[in-house]
Amino acid sequence: MTSPMPSTAPLPAVAEIGAVPPAPSAPSRSGSSRSPGRLAWLRFKRDRTGVISAGVVIFFFVIAIGAPLIAKLYGKNPYTTYASSRPELLNAFSYPAGPKGGMSSEFWFGIEPQLGRDVFTFLLYGIRTSLGIATAATLLTTVLGVVIGVVAGYLGGRTDYFVGRVIDILLSFPSTLFFIAFMPVVYGVFVAPNDNIPTGLRATALILVLSAFGWAAMARLLRGQVLGLREREFVDAAKVTGASPRRIVFKELLPNLWTPIIIQSTLLLPTFVTTEAGLAFLGVGIIDPTPDWGVMIQRGAQFYTQDITFMLFPGLSMVIFVLAFNLLGDSVRDALDPKSKR
Amino acid sequence: MSSPVNGTASSASSTTLSSATPLLEVSGLTKHFPIYGGFPIKRKVGAVQAVDGLDLRVAEGESLGLVGESGCGKSTTGRLITRLLEPTGGTISYRGRDITHASRRQLAPVRSEIQMIFQDPYSSLNPRQTVGSIIKSPMEVNGIEPDGGREKRVRELLELVGLNPEHYNRFPHEFSGGQRQRIGVARALTLNPKLIVADEPVSALDVSIQAQVVNLLQELRKELGIAFVFIAHDLAVVRHFSERVAVMYLGRIVEIADRADLYENPRHPYTRALLSAVPEATADDAPARERIRLAGDVPSPISPPSGCRFRTRCWKATDTCAAQAPPLVRAEGNSAGHLTACHYPETARLPVDG
Repeated sequence: MTSPMPSTAPLPAVAEIGAVPPAPSAPSRSGSSRSPGRLAWLRFKRDRTGVISAGVVIFFFVIAIGAPLIAKLYGKNPYTTYASSRPELLNAFSYPAGPKGGMSSEFWFGIEPQLGRDVFTFLLYGIRTSLGIATAATLLTTVLGVVIGVVAGYLGGRTDYFVGRVIDILLSFPSTLFFIAFMPVVYGVFVAPNDNIPTGLRATALILVLSAFGWAAMARLLRGQVLGLREREFVDAAKVTGASPRRIVFKELLPNLWTPIIIQSTLLLPTFVTTEAGLAFLGVGIIDPTPDWGVMIQRGAQFYTQDITFMLFPGLSMVIFVLAFNLLGDSVRDALDPKSKR
Repeated sequence: MSSPVNGTASSASSTTLSSATPLLEVSGLTKHFPIYGGFPIKRKVGAVQAVDGLDLRVAEGESLGLVGESGCGKSTTGRLITRLLEPTGGTISYRGRDITHASRRQLAPVRSEIQMIFQDPYSSLNPRQTVGSIIKSPMEVNGIEPDGGREKRVRELLELVGLNPEHYNRFPHEFSGGQRQRIGVARALTLNPKLIVADEPVSALDVSIQAQVVNLLQELRKELGIAFVFIAHDLAVVRHFSERVAVMYLGRIVEIADRADLYENPRHPYTRALLSAVPEATADDAPARERIRLAGDVPSPISPPSGCRFRTRCWKATDTCAAQAPPLVRAEGNSAGHLTACHYPETARLPVDG
């Protein structure tokens, strides 16, 4: 606030050259009325780790969204078993004939053992599937968590008590075991036991189950925040003017909750990516032949003693993605909440 | 006898207690906060009697000061009047209209006329909203579209409370405590209220800023003819600001009188003790002022003393005080409108200070 003031002092001399009187006041005003969001953005830009990991995360999302385009330019797809038409790609033991898992200018990341699918496109589409499911689950979880948490915190009393116990129960479940046990049940609701389960349904069921067990942490966090916020006098001030509870929640409370919501959901997404991959690995999530990170790792686990490259690509890319996203989450938290120093 | 209600005129002429329909009339107002305990089934085991049988009237344009120690129920009273809290008993009527238990929708027409200024300027402004949207929001809630648009009105209000209208787009964290309190005042003025409940509006501020804010409120009151319920524990501030002053002790009014009467002729022992505690700069050779020291603490509002609530600390207490609660009446020798709740009021016209 003090820095723009001296700049106005030499103004009369400069004004004759500049000849635009209102111009000097404009930057000083915009400079001093930085919104909390703008300040956070400035802090974030200074954080090198955050910027790099944001770049990595954006890169992953871009290739996931652009997977069909990249595959088209590359000229292959993840479903064709190239080895069946060209048996020379695989050796006698059904492993890639070429060195390093069959990597070549034609098959950039090599080819899959046994079936001979293209690893590059399979990975692209796998990232697409995994990120799609994880993003959808994160969005749904966030919406559920925010609504339930804010309502419980704002209403308090019996509602809060009841919601609190449900959260306790959900958080005390061993979630992975529960997913394994629950996925077939959810499939059974929609599909007769002997029918094939369509991939779309598998994805939808995964998103639903992940969200159903994921909202509790978010809701608890926000409930606590709202308990603190609703005692603040600006809520009373809104009530005195006759604001409805709806308005108080959305206009007064929610803007103050964006920080924990953004932080929590950026930390949530990578855990959903790993959980989804874990379920695919265990065979209860997305299954072969649908490309998926977890499916690839599962396939890779069958061959890694002979052909490590097939395991390497999905494994490494997932480690990089999850690491980058977690670092991004940390940076976002530091940028939004400068007081929470680790 | 009953003066016509003149809302627009300045309240320089002191309004009398006996105007036909006062702006605000509170009678027998009670607020008990229940205490739950017990295991395994929680039940009500008691109540904090924050406010217990409060009567007061505020005329148009009048400023009523409400003073008392911490925890005597001043703020609760303010919150009951603005209906932030639901009264346990008694009635609140605004312009003869009962709003004691009115719902949010029923209150809507009255809402714009009763506004509040809060104690803590740091928590009473939403940190995520600009000053403009904070001051604008009462108009949005009530669907008011002033001539020339809401933004123009906000700029006028900012100017009125002595802030730069160019600061419209700034955030509260860019302002000092005094400036923030001015923003709070501007918000309270947005709807052209007839009554403002100011809940210790200056006690969180620096002393030099206190005077500025109090003078601002004083000017606004004179210009706009707004009635105030001014809650404070600073007797000097109240004396400066309010024409009538009510002294509260443990959820009840012990004495209410016009400013001059109360400060120069206090009849209730508690009022005297309170006034004698005000530090005063005197010359060395001036006679030492009598300082009344009250023994003990304020009793718990969970189980207040029987009869007169002040009796446990009163040097005049007798069995009568324990048996009967003294009514708030005009004591002998008092001017009209000077009511005291004491069985043994202090002798009249005794100068407090030397």
